[in-house]
Amino acid sequence: MIEAANGPDSWIWWEWVGDHQDEILSRLREHISLTVLSVALGVLIAAPLAIAASRRRVLYTPLLVVGSILYTIPSLAAFVLLLPWTSRREAALIVLTSYTILVLVRNIVTGLDGVPADIKEAAQGMGYSPLRMLVRIELPIALPSIVAGIRIATVTNVGLVTVAALIGQGGLGALINDGLRRDFSTPLVVGATLSVALAVALDFGLLGVQYLAAPWQRRSR
Amino acid sequence: MGFLGDVFSWLGDNWSGGVGGGIDHRAFEHLQISGLSVLIALVIALPPAVTLGHLRRGGALAINVANIGRALPSFAILVLALQITNRIGVVPTVVALVALAIPPIFTNTYVGLREVDPEIRESAAGMGMRGTQVLARIELPMAFPLIMAGIRTSTVQVIATATLATLVGWGGLGYYIIVGLRLNDNVQVFGGALVVVVLALLVDLGLAGVQRLLVPRGLRTAEPRWAVDAAIKTEEPEAEIVVAA
Repeated sequence: MIEAANGPDSWIWWEWVGDHQDEILSRLREHISLTVLSVALGVLIAAPLAIAASRRRVLYTPLLVVGSILYTIPSLAAFVLLLPWTSRREAALIVLTSYTILVLVRNIVTGLDGVPADIKEAAQGMGYSPLRMLVRIELPIALPSIVAGIRIATVTNVGLVTVAALIGQGGLGALINDGLRRDFSTPLVVGATLSVALAVALDFGLLGVQYLAAPWQRRSR
Repeated sequence: MGFLGDVFSWLGDNWSGGVGGGIDHRAFEHLQISGLSVLIALVIALPPAVTLGHLRRGGALAINVANIGRALPSFAILVLALQITNRIGVVPTVVALVALAIPPIFTNTYVGLREVDPEIRESAAGMGMRGTQVLARIELPMAFPLIMAGIRTSTVQVIATATLATLVGWGGLGYYIIVGLRLNDNVQVFGGALVVVVLALLVDLGLAGVQRLLVPRGLRTAEPRWAVDAAIKTEEPEAEIVVAA
């Protein structure tokens, strides 16, 4: 390997990276938007289901069973199974959203279950309506567990969005696929590295949001 | 005949022989490479996880392994394995699948052993059991549900990722999907995906059955054991273990 320290054959060719900044950034944006949208939809769907399941216990097991069956389906297969009925964008969103349901439902229910009974009784005694109690007491106390679920779902989906590139959804997976097709490692390394960095950044970002939203839970350790 | 009719006749036509050597052949290949990869991952991950869990050391390591494992996209690992090994086909596929299978097995085994109630261990020691006896008769059986949960998580992930391995020149069932997508052959794509889904569900069901048979009766619970997800460590003890299916 006697060659310029940096060129098309090295793991990462910085000149290419410099020339393709715009493409890389727009791939990153696509990746973020698909990840955030799917997790947000997941929360919108999972939250009412989980709240219902924490009130009506019989609902919980069927929800977990359905959630884990969805989770077991390989992502590429799930994407393409929807294609006869949906657009590619819709297929990607539906699949990515459904992968988040299991983790989110379970963590929200676990969080709500962890609210001490005496606190709920006190709130009731103070005349809190069920809705007010949910919003003001239960959800805030359950927040760490809920955010933990959102973090897992987000990090998992950052990885799964790379697969969505195979059905033309862009994102960092498109860079990886590009590198694969041309046997050119630079886009591949850029896509993989940014994907890991994005997962870590979103994970820490969510942790930060939790600290801001629930300052009483900050504890020095 | 509608679309689904076409899919079923495609399945019939290609069940054995036909495109890509036959579905049965490819399903077997898919199972074989998944099983092999999980076995190699077990051989690599179990000894350190059991040792550290038994000694109750290295908690930070276990958490980091789990976090890194989840942050690495499987598609990227597969393609990176291709570049690193500089080969196509079975070698990068197995390297990538093993790398993906290690974190859940490692973390769940470690946490399973570590979670064993200290009082139970002390009672065992008080009854005159030596360290290895405590490990073999108390800790490993009690950790078993969690170890199995880790193996199931790994296996599900390995089967899913093996579906992508056609991209790095290996076969398996993903062939139908990926080649079908390139050819715009919707029937083949759908048929291939259907087979992959059935295979993944059957394997997970089979492992659940194994788990039921092998878990000691006293440890069976009504609730399924979920794989540990160390990342979710929140400050609250009851939320410490949460779910990754």
